[in-house]
Amino acid sequence: MSENILVEDIGNEYKYGFVDEVQPVWKAEKGLSRRVVEAISYHKDEPAWMLQFRLKALEIYQSKPVPTWGADLSGLNMDEIYFYAKPTEKRDARSWDEVPEEIRRTYEKLGIPEAERKVLAGVGAQYDSEMVYHQVREELQRLGVIFVSIEEGLKHHEDLFREYFATVIPPEDNKYAALNSAVWSGGSFVYVPKGVKVELPLQAYFRVNTAELGQFERTIIVVDEGAEVHYIEGCTAPTYTTDSFHSGVIEIVVNQGAKSRYTTIQNWSHNMYNLVTQRALVKKDAYHMWLDGNLGSKVTMKYPSSYLVEEGARSDILSIAFANTGQHQDAGGKLIFAASHTGGSIVSKSISKGAGRSSYRGLIKVYEGAKHVKVNVECDALLINEESRTDTYPYMEIEDDTATVGHEATVSRLNDEQIFYLQSRGLPEDEAAALIVRGFIEPVAKELPLEYAVELNRLIELEMEGSVG
Amino acid sequence: MVNQLEIRNLHARIVDGETILNGVNLIVPKGQIHAIMGPNGAGKSTLGKIIAGDPSYEITKGDILMDGESILEMEADERARKGLFLAFQYPVEVPGVSNANFLRLALQAKQGGEVNMMEFYGKLQKALKTLEWDESILTRYLNDGFSGGEKKRNEIMHMMVLEPTYAIMDETDSGLDIDALKVVAKGVNAMRGPNFGALLITHYQRLLNYIVPDAVHVMIDGRIVTSGGPELALRLEEQGYDWVKELAATAS
Ligand SMILES: Nc1ncnc2c1ncn2[C@@H]1O[C@H](COP(=O)(O)OP(=O)(O)OP(=O)(O)O)[C@@H](O)[C@H]1O
Ligand SMILES: [Mg+2]
Repeated sequence: MSENILVEDIGNEYKYGFVDEVQPVWKAEKGLSRRVVEAISYHKDEPAWMLQFRLKALEIYQSKPVPTWGADLSGLNMDEIYFYAKPTEKRDARSWDEVPEEIRRTYEKLGIPEAERKVLAGVGAQYDSEMVYHQVREELQRLGVIFVSIEEGLKHHEDLFREYFATVIPPEDNKYAALNSAVWSGGSFVYVPKGVKVELPLQAYFRVNTAELGQFERTIIVVDEGAEVHYIEGCTAPTYTTDSFHSGVIEIVVNQGAKSRYTTIQNWSHNMYNLVTQRALVKKDAYHMWLDGNLGSKVTMKYPSSYLVEEGARSDILSIAFANTGQHQDAGGKLIFAASHTGGSIVSKSISKGAGRSSYRGLIKVYEGAKHVKVNVECDALLINEESRTDTYPYMEIEDDTATVGHEATVSRLNDEQIFYLQSRGLPEDEAAALIVRGFIEPVAKELPLEYAVELNRLIELEMEGSVG
Repeated sequence: MVNQLEIRNLHARIVDGETILNGVNLIVPKGQIHAIMGPNGAGKSTLGKIIAGDPSYEITKGDILMDGESILEMEADERARKGLFLAFQYPVEVPGVSNANFLRLALQAKQGGEVNMMEFYGKLQKALKTLEWDESILTRYLNDGFSGGEKKRNEIMHMMVLEPTYAIMDETDSGLDIDALKVVAKGVNAMRGPNFGALLITHYQRLLNYIVPDAVHVMIDGRIVTSGGPELALRLEEQGYDWVKELAATAS
């Protein structure tokens, strides 16, 4: 079947659309069933409680309707999706030499091993359904930093794993969190012990190669008291004419006085449904930042959320969405204030190009009794062409009147005067337009590590080619 | 090769709209600085933008030649890379794009390759020194929140770094305080030389005390109606435009 699927020719816009000559060593039958869930659990050699958890989650998934309040999901057909594809027998290779050559070459093309040597503290690489590589710098291992696949986390750190797994996002949370809970595979298990500051980022890279595959990674990050970590997630896939599906669950616990950041540069091919639930629990005087960049996919529904559950907790959510023709980026964020003297912000920048559509969807909730909460929301939309579209759905539930809440929203169009001004200094029209877009997202992009900011700029330049005139 | 910027019988209108230029004839030889004066709404800025290649206007007749070559078919960026520069009457704000970064990209586009960072930095330093300006202006976002005077001074800084062959400066003096005016004039005078021609659009004779023009032209209703030396600017300062308007009326 997969041999018959043609790779769509989309010119050079999406440069990661190549297909690797890799056949999975084992692939579940198409569609979702109890048998498939059991098979996944069997292949992972899991304890019985996990299989029970999965089966229960499957029931929850089946009992929940497909959400209709957001992006159009009617094209997503679960019967046409493979829920598990094992790329190789060996999980969590510690050296790239142990990764099958074809797979390794893909990551080399993507520049992962090189980045690992230069600017990262550790790398996890997921290929289809499994983490094929996982390594963290030795000095961090000695300090007790755990950075392994979620499966290894369950196997070797079961107590710690059980303490956190599904506590931040239970299967009941939403239909796709339930689905992930039933069929999860891959993702990282990260534990940063008290007081340990991981200076360089940890990166996980997700690649889906098998056509019509769903990827359901599950990540747990625990940042213990006073510790610091920055986790970066990147992703690409070949451009098939049939759709693929990615539905991750990311649970983060930021303990007292700790600081964490989770950065996503989502660059899936334009045939991907990307429905992700990610949530952080932020404790006393702790801080968490979500930096969410959504450039790829056909449909994205993704609203990183932070629950500020103890005094002094703070969180910022920075979001960039770029929707080109054929894409709907439904993104934003949620900040839930359940303690006094907590604060945070959401800054959302969306760009819609061609017939692309971006939506900002956000929730600010301040519980009664959470005193002196300070929160600010800013969402700016930039429309490149006449047919480009944007919508804003800002929800506010403020139950305590000591809260200070700011909200600002703007919609602007690519400005001809700006283009002419830049052009009159020598920049070609496309470059001028790309530069304006880069300037538009700069307040968010400047928070990225340099290498990622450069990559983001490059991606935006590619997306902006042939955009005007 | 003719070393001049020539506007030949130029007629132009807003795309699908009103006609603004009604046969402009003007020659700025390389090495000279000319001034254009004229009442509000005469078409001075429009002329500047059309020379620079603003696509919101269309040319219905005539030609613009740079060193003998017509530039009408070129896009604005191509004209700029050929050595044309327009200092805007209203410089445009571009938030999020740093002034220096943009200048580097512009210079890169002009040179057609990576710019040598040392060389670029040297140019910036030199321009800032002449303009008696602080480096902090480089890291700010392009014109974003700049005061009126800062915007004008920044245009001249861009000009000094990009080193055009022909520059049009549209009311660069408006909004400048006395000291800033002198400093900006110093910048323009520093560009003066056999390989630089300029067209200064201004309302005030005062600027021309600091930048002495080789010729002064008066534009009324989209046409140059009279030209002369620096003394013409003095006469306009004293007598206003009525007499030129009469001249224009009898001419047409
Ligand atoms: N894009 C445009 N849309 C509408 N009207 C325009 C446009 N551009 C120019 N005009 C009109 O054309 C005429 C000439 O304008 P222009 O800006 O060239 O005048 P100017 O000589 O520079 O005046 P000032 O001394 O006030 O700067 C004015 O009446 C102006 O309103
Ligand atoms: Mg004007």
